[in-house]
Amino acid sequence: MKKFNKQNLIKALKGNAGTYLLVIAAYIILQLMSAGDMISSSLEGQLVPICAYVVMAISLNLTVGVLGELSLGHASFMSVGAFTGVITAMSLSGVIPMGGVRLLLAMIVGAIFAAIFGVIVGVPVLRLRGDYLAIVTLAFGEIIKNIINCLYVGIDANGLHLSVTDAESLNMDGGTVILNGPMGAVGINKLSGFTAGFLLVIVCLVVVLNFVNSRSGRAVMAIRDNVIAAESVGINVTRYRLMAFVTSAALAGAAGALYAMNYSTVSAAKFNFNTSILVLVFVVLGGLGNIRGSIIAAAALTILPELLREFSDYRMLVYAIVLIVVMLMANSAGGKRIQLWLGDKFRALFGKFAKRNTAKGE
Amino acid sequence: MTFLTYLISGISLGSVYAIIALGYTMVYGIAKMLNFAHGDVIMVGAYIAYCVMSYLGLSPIVSVIAAMIVCTLLGIIIERLAYKPLRSAASLAVLITAIGVSYFLQNSALLIWGSATKIFPTVVAGDGVSLFGGQVRITAVALTTILTCVVIMIALTMFIKMTKIGKAMRAVSEDKGAAQLMGINVNGTISVTFAIGSALAAIAGVLLCSAYPNLMPTTGSLPGIKAFTAAVFGGIGSIPGAMLGGILLGIIEIFAKAYISTQLSDAIVFAVLIIVLLVKPTGLLGKQIHEKV
Amino acid sequence: MSKLVPVPSKSMIPERDLGKIPVLETRHLGIEFGGLTAVSEFDMTIGRTEIAGLIGPNGAGKTTVFNLITKVYQPTHGTTLLNGIDTYAMNTMQVNRAGIARTFQNIRLFQKMSVEDNVKVGLHNQTPYTMAEGVLRMPRYWSKERQAHERAMELLSLFHMEDMADVPAGSLPYGAQRRLEIVRALATNPSLLLLDEPAAGMNPSETAELMENIRHIRDTFQIAIMLIEHDMSLVMGICEGILVLNHGKIIAKGTPQQIQNDPVVIEAYLGKKKEG
Repeated sequence: MKKFNKQNLIKALKGNAGTYLLVIAAYIILQLMSAGDMISSSLEGQLVPICAYVVMAISLNLTVGVLGELSLGHASFMSVGAFTGVITAMSLSGVIPMGGVRLLLAMIVGAIFAAIFGVIVGVPVLRLRGDYLAIVTLAFGEIIKNIINCLYVGIDANGLHLSVTDAESLNMDGGTVILNGPMGAVGINKLSGFTAGFLLVIVCLVVVLNFVNSRSGRAVMAIRDNVIAAESVGINVTRYRLMAFVTSAALAGAAGALYAMNYSTVSAAKFNFNTSILVLVFVVLGGLGNIRGSIIAAAALTILPELLREFSDYRMLVYAIVLIVVMLMANSAGGKRIQLWLGDKFRALFGKFAKRNTAKGE
Repeated sequence: MTFLTYLISGISLGSVYAIIALGYTMVYGIAKMLNFAHGDVIMVGAYIAYCVMSYLGLSPIVSVIAAMIVCTLLGIIIERLAYKPLRSAASLAVLITAIGVSYFLQNSALLIWGSATKIFPTVVAGDGVSLFGGQVRITAVALTTILTCVVIMIALTMFIKMTKIGKAMRAVSEDKGAAQLMGINVNGTISVTFAIGSALAAIAGVLLCSAYPNLMPTTGSLPGIKAFTAAVFGGIGSIPGAMLGGILLGIIEIFAKAYISTQLSDAIVFAVLIIVLLVKPTGLLGKQIHEKV
Repeated sequence: MSKLVPVPSKSMIPERDLGKIPVLETRHLGIEFGGLTAVSEFDMTIGRTEIAGLIGPNGAGKTTVFNLITKVYQPTHGTTLLNGIDTYAMNTMQVNRAGIARTFQNIRLFQKMSVEDNVKVGLHNQTPYTMAEGVLRMPRYWSKERQAHERAMELLSLFHMEDMADVPAGSLPYGAQRRLEIVRALATNPSLLLLDEPAAGMNPSETAELMENIRHIRDTFQIAIMLIEHDMSLVMGICEGILVLNHGKIIAKGTPQQIQNDPVVIEAYLGKKKEG
């Protein structure tokens, strides 16, 4: 009976429970270290971006790993969430004094707007397949970046003002400019914090993991594995593709709001094609459909450039080489042979230790 | 008359996109991969030409040839080291590797040439041509670009149609397995494709920097993305499609800048692309592929 | 076996199904691919509980008929009545919901999903709860999921596959994959089951077992089954009515005995006897 429980426990830890535990443990450890002044200020500054990128990676994994469609414009949903979130939080600053509530509202509004854009993009785009879908998401990303670069939004006693020419033409009566064209959002109150980030990661995990383990998630995976068979068993392909895509967009929107509220200024250029690619790299390195892998990859690769600081000029070069080598190791025949060889060596070594330990124990 | 001026500069810009798009489309047609590093090969080509002209003081022709040689070698090396081991891997893995190569090239360029913008020297001397009593002027650069593009287009079509390697390339793009069974050296054919694509990228790099002389390690990125969309626009895998897509994209971009908004020109270009794909999901000249049930 | 009797649309159905609306009736069904006629004037009727066979030489258009009935291809001519309802303008998904389930010649399982999940996808439309109920784990999620699990296991037990429930479908042996496809199709609660070469790649003993299973499925679920098969022992052994297709046209229909002795059928399979 005891053995049975132990097996169940291992199974649970390998499954979703382990993923939650990992995130909670990481949060507690980092909080303790931060309280004890044990982490560098540069790492401390990375905590909120890490949370945002983790949410981005999990949500993109829903599109790429679970739905099986390549998206090259995930950062555009982050962008939509970031700017709508910032506008929400700043326009409510007079009405709601509690920062936490405003941040929450910013994330919700960001998620809703990103979801709306997800529908606008998804309805036409999901008719396309494979690489064509990828290129259209890329195009939408560029369009959204371009449009935000031309937007001017300000607030005064009369409410929100909007312009597409310049800040002067907002015709404001005093007030503040929130969105200043190519400069992006300016004068943001920093409302985000590590705890808020952690909570968003947990919410994102609950949404994605529960979605995947429900009839909707099964329908989405069925579509990924075989569209024609999915149709033949009565699955509404368009509906479920859109459902996964929009959920993914909404989570990215919330992550965008979290990310933007961590800085005093943020521009649309921050959420460009390279950011989309960066998140895609997290997802692929973490493993398609592997949520825990996405979390680890996103956290590790956000910290990696920081850790490579001593290489200064060479760090991005090293990053590129690491990326190529990891992909070659994981996917080529030669790389698999090296992995097997290393595995054997490791087991041999580990086996020796294990033997020695049991010998000691007895 | 300004309309005609814009049209010509659109065709000229489009010709550059078309030459880059050829590289994307050939590699996609044969290796079925999106070579995201292609845009950065353009940048390397431009830097090589810059160095040969500025530091060695050699003539523009020599610089273009040097750039072509270096890029061809670079293309073959990249293919051998990074893409060939992944021939049977998932396309996403290849895509990420290509992104890694792109980062690698950009950051290598950053280390070698620094982040400061280099001003590309004039490659094409001359005053160009004036038409309609000086109302429409075609610059020498524009003229050279358009002519180069036409020559490349004709040469490449002949090469693909007439030569044995061209035939092998067509066979490999249709069915890799069957081509191999017919005794075609698939790996060799893919290498040749990369070599040609990279040599074209070098030419595109020089032409691009002749028209827009600011040279930076990220110079190739945006034109690369646009040329890629041009290839998709025309129907990826199709050589005439890449040509058509590139030139249309250039014209749309210049017209959008001239008549609508400079800031929104990219958005307009991409919006047109989306509309085309929605109406014709495989691009202008792309082939429809049916799945057998 | 029940006697076959002629029905108005010049087809035949088992006598016991006479008083009931036929499960499927095709009228002048046909399709052209770019001017090339693949199937034409395909008229047939399948009784409520009939096991029907569709045979013919390679390239005769058998799978195309299945694709027309399930709307994988939209027919260019004619239409299909399913339980008396015209399926005109329906798509594959709607046809399935209306009562047709199928398997595929080249197996189309959800490879990366477990065997149980494959069946649960088939049960999708019988386990209704919203996405929100699923994400928030509301009571209906738990009750419907329990039902789905029990039903999936029950269906898998038809082929004694309960033990394989957690295995990824893609790693099953070939025969088991074919059986899983049948289970998945059955899970959608169809009134007509289309099997595209169910015995392909099976050895004689597996085929014999499959025959038993097909009959068992018909008897338990009281549904009609139509199958495409090259294994004549299976076709002649279980089918009540058989249709022979050649060059996209029906060349013969009747009982196994009639078909076996039909000179037109023999000619289609073996070629014309040289005379003179």
